[in-house]
Amino acid sequence: MMNRQGRPTAPGEATAGATTAMTFTGHRGLEHEEPLLFELGDPGRSGVDLPVMASASNRLGGLERTQAIGLAGLSEPEAVRHFTRLSRKNYAIDMGIFPLGSCTMKHNPRLNEKMARLPGFADIHPLQPESTVQGALQVMDVLGHWLRTLTGMPAVALSPKAGAHGELCGLMAIRAALEARGDARSVVLVPESAHGTNPATAALCGYQVKSIPANDRGRVDLGALREELGPDVAAFMLTNPNTCGLFEDAILEIADAVHGAGALFYCDGANFNAIVGKVRPGDLGIDAMHINLHKTFSTPHGGGGPGSGPVVFSEALAPYIPVPNVVHGPDGLRLVEQVNETDASFGRLTAFHGQMGMYVRALAYMLSHGADGLRRVAEDAVLAANYVLAGLSEELTPSFEGPCMHEALFDDRFLKGTGVTTLDFAKAMIDEGFHPMTMYFPLVVQGAMLIEPTESESKRTLDEFIAAMVSLARAAKSGDVERFKRAPALAPVRRLDETTAARRPVLRWLPEESEEAAR
Amino acid sequence: MDIRFTEDHEWIRVEDGVGTVGVTDYAQRQLGDVVYVEVPEVGKAFTKGDESAVVESVKAASEIYAPVSGEVTAANEGLAEEPALVNSSPMADGWFYKIRLADPSELEDLMDEAAYKDFVAGLE
Amino acid sequence: MRYLPLSAADRAAMLERIGASAVDDLFRDVPASVLLKKPVDLPGHASEMEVERDLVGMAARNVPAGAVPFFVGAGAYRHHVPATVDHIIQRGEFLTAYTPYQPEISQGTLQYLFEFQTQVALLTGMEVANASMYDGSTAAAEAVLMARRITKRKKAVISGGLHPHYADVIGTVTRFTDDDIVRAPVDVTGSEDLVSLVDEDTSCVVVQNPSLFGHVRDLRPLADAVHQAGGLLIVVVTEVVSLGAIVPPGEMGADIVVCEGQSIGNGLNFGGPYLGLFATRQKYVRQMPGRICGQTVDADGRRGFVLTLSTREQHIRREKATSNICTNSGLCALAFTVHLALLGEAGLRRLAQINHTRAAMLVDKLAAVPGVEVVNDTFFNEFTVRLDRPAAPVIEELARRKVLAGVPVSRLIPGDERLASLMLVASTEVNREADQDVFAATLSEVLS
Repeated sequence: MMNRQGRPTAPGEATAGATTAMTFTGHRGLEHEEPLLFELGDPGRSGVDLPVMASASNRLGGLERTQAIGLAGLSEPEAVRHFTRLSRKNYAIDMGIFPLGSCTMKHNPRLNEKMARLPGFADIHPLQPESTVQGALQVMDVLGHWLRTLTGMPAVALSPKAGAHGELCGLMAIRAALEARGDARSVVLVPESAHGTNPATAALCGYQVKSIPANDRGRVDLGALREELGPDVAAFMLTNPNTCGLFEDAILEIADAVHGAGALFYCDGANFNAIVGKVRPGDLGIDAMHINLHKTFSTPHGGGGPGSGPVVFSEALAPYIPVPNVVHGPDGLRLVEQVNETDASFGRLTAFHGQMGMYVRALAYMLSHGADGLRRVAEDAVLAANYVLAGLSEELTPSFEGPCMHEALFDDRFLKGTGVTTLDFAKAMIDEGFHPMTMYFPLVVQGAMLIEPTESESKRTLDEFIAAMVSLARAAKSGDVERFKRAPALAPVRRLDETTAARRPVLRWLPEESEEAAR
Repeated sequence: MDIRFTEDHEWIRVEDGVGTVGVTDYAQRQLGDVVYVEVPEVGKAFTKGDESAVVESVKAASEIYAPVSGEVTAANEGLAEEPALVNSSPMADGWFYKIRLADPSELEDLMDEAAYKDFVAGLE
Repeated sequence: MRYLPLSAADRAAMLERIGASAVDDLFRDVPASVLLKKPVDLPGHASEMEVERDLVGMAARNVPAGAVPFFVGAGAYRHHVPATVDHIIQRGEFLTAYTPYQPEISQGTLQYLFEFQTQVALLTGMEVANASMYDGSTAAAEAVLMARRITKRKKAVISGGLHPHYADVIGTVTRFTDDDIVRAPVDVTGSEDLVSLVDEDTSCVVVQNPSLFGHVRDLRPLADAVHQAGGLLIVVVTEVVSLGAIVPPGEMGADIVVCEGQSIGNGLNFGGPYLGLFATRQKYVRQMPGRICGQTVDADGRRGFVLTLSTREQHIRREKATSNICTNSGLCALAFTVHLALLGEAGLRRLAQINHTRAAMLVDKLAAVPGVEVVNDTFFNEFTVRLDRPAAPVIEELARRKVLAGVPVSRLIPGDERLASLMLVASTEVNREADQDVFAATLSEVLS
């Protein structure tokens, strides 16, 4: 029953006690304590001028909302200040390197934002007549063409709203295709290093999930895979480059083995940024792959979303893709929005046509780089990761031999005996002005530290980052444990008590509980 | 009274054909602060090895497997209010459920206290 | 290439440090047969000015809603969004942040998510809400899966007044599970009897209020019947501004409420990105999908916020997770939070009142047009009219005459002759009376 994700989640004794300078206000220079919206505003206040309009006739059928709702309002200056103060408590890619492995935090060009806000894109309705949205359909058509060409795959479904939604799209097409050939299969194979969304998605499609171990080179154990492949296996889901930051060098043998067993090959394209313009997944024997536009193609992460997860498909799966789709008709572009009894589409994944705002941003990024620039993106990302790997190899413990692709994986062996954990190390990075790397993922190594610098960082930034990491590693080994246990000391808040949050969930503001907190 | 252990770090203490099940001190230390426990409904029947309960820390969820076959006769409702009992008193107040043994001979496959102590020593 | 900071000298120095002679040495794990030797067959890089010209050209081929009298709804609504909203969401600290997995340097995101969850709970009349889903339709599908987990029953009854795309998404997501999805016949009248479809095997009933066709219904009798049978009531709201005027689903007995939140803070965007609101009862919180933000304290005892109850989620629970969802609609949720904070309770109620009044005015104007019959007795800001001929060609003709009139029901539910003459029409605060007059006059011309 043991799970390797265990780590301290309460601040603990060693870190308790106020270490920050006391002020009369609780503010600390540019750092403001900011109350909740509900403590600042009141129900009568508003930052929007709207006329009071007497209703000629009420047609609500006697169902008027009469009870107080409890919403708080702010005037415009109060609202601007409240949210601006909150924004300053965030780290962001605009402020510095964001080396989260497997998350791909690259620069978000502002041209993308400007283009997405053109009224011709932002202010059109998904159900307007097609004759009035030919430019929007063109964006979808051109984006689809770029994605198909970059991946060497013949079909694309744009509508999935994020990576996990794309996985669902891919697996549903696989299941539909297998059922169409009368081949009921029950198992999906997933490497143990996979993102959690892979097994979760397979389960959602009604599949039993079996885990495939990694070999000592951080790649799929081909022997173990071959052993599991059989007539009950519907698909193998593989991330390539994988979550250890390594290219699966036996990919062609894997594809042959999967297809040889009558199964289909799904690729999690979360790490496509490492190979875009250099390798076409279609040449690797892949049948379906989602592409996170918010990773490879620079659409902003926005603090957790929105994303966009188009899926490209091989010839074998092309007939089964979901609606809607853009097609060329006699009068221009048009949308296929319905599943007809005659076609094989597996259905519809979202109400409208997907993340148009993200399509525009991604297309602006693609057009800016072009075929030559996207190739360079992959090369610079891989170069930067290997530079970090080289710079840290002496002080930290790389988990596998290089070269790596776009991210470098380390484990916690270098911290053995120091009393410092991966978590402590990450929190100390915050004090040094950096967002930490991905920690405790992938699960195949102990105390994982996964670093992805991306192509957006200058050599100067990479050098600063490497120097800070080396200094911290030396401090840990020299016994300066306190630096790590009290960290972060210089962030807007100190280590937060996740245990209490989970034991006694407080998930919304309530007047009485806020008074308690303010005591 | 007889106590036995599994390799998954569950313990079962048997009295009059009814076993009380929980997780060991080693298990609670590995889990970290327990924040939630899902116990089975009374009357539920398990075969040895079935998933019988779930214990969650902030960053992990682990299944508790039935150490023996049988029917659940009681569940520790106190864990809903105070999951921390699994940390503070894993072998007593932090028990999960009681099970009426279908086949007491299944206990023979489990470790006794000394064997479990050696088993844990081998892990550390 | 303006986005790439490394110079040729940097690259050379870095390769030397690594001990590689060329960048392709780093790609040596890629089988040589598949490593591309030259760029793929697509155009080369372009300056900002060139890209802008291309995209402005594409945008110009669309007719934006703001350019013409506009009455299109059916799940996405055009409202005025204050300039402050876009300013705030373009702050780099929000726009370019990641999911708040390092809470000490993500308190900005976490605090607004906590505020967002509170707003959603209040608005829907529920106890708890999550930190948002992709959109209303995917949230509805997640709600059906959640009801199944709670009740351990397989049958979901889908109202004939639910947006057909939502029903399609539910049908698709459950296609390969053994769930039994029972779709009631299309209900244009707003008087369907769902109670008779509820039995002891029913996990949930999914009903939209106001319905696709605009009807506002008292759901309390349905809630009682569903609860009596041991099932859950899922209420879908596609126009969230209506909650400023109508008794909230929580007060009517809903167990799960899902909404399309686009109307507050978010533009039409041709269908996305939008945001799903998801609210439920406290007792079901551990079965809820998606990220949840919770309040706690830091090592100095000061209030702070973290993502919590994460063991429900895929990154920990893997194949046993409540959902495969990872990404949410964080920035859209921020837009929602800012807009609703600016409105406040008083503003939201006024906004809802204006919407309702505008629609009531339009109903009267359209009812006076020969060949038009209003279907609804009740509505909020959207209603259905029956024309004396198929609606789709009429709407096309109106578009040619620079009026974006509404949605032909045949676009959502094709192949049903009885529905072909129906048109859904929405009117929000952005429609002036003059726009409505142009609509009525042009429709009159087209029908005569």
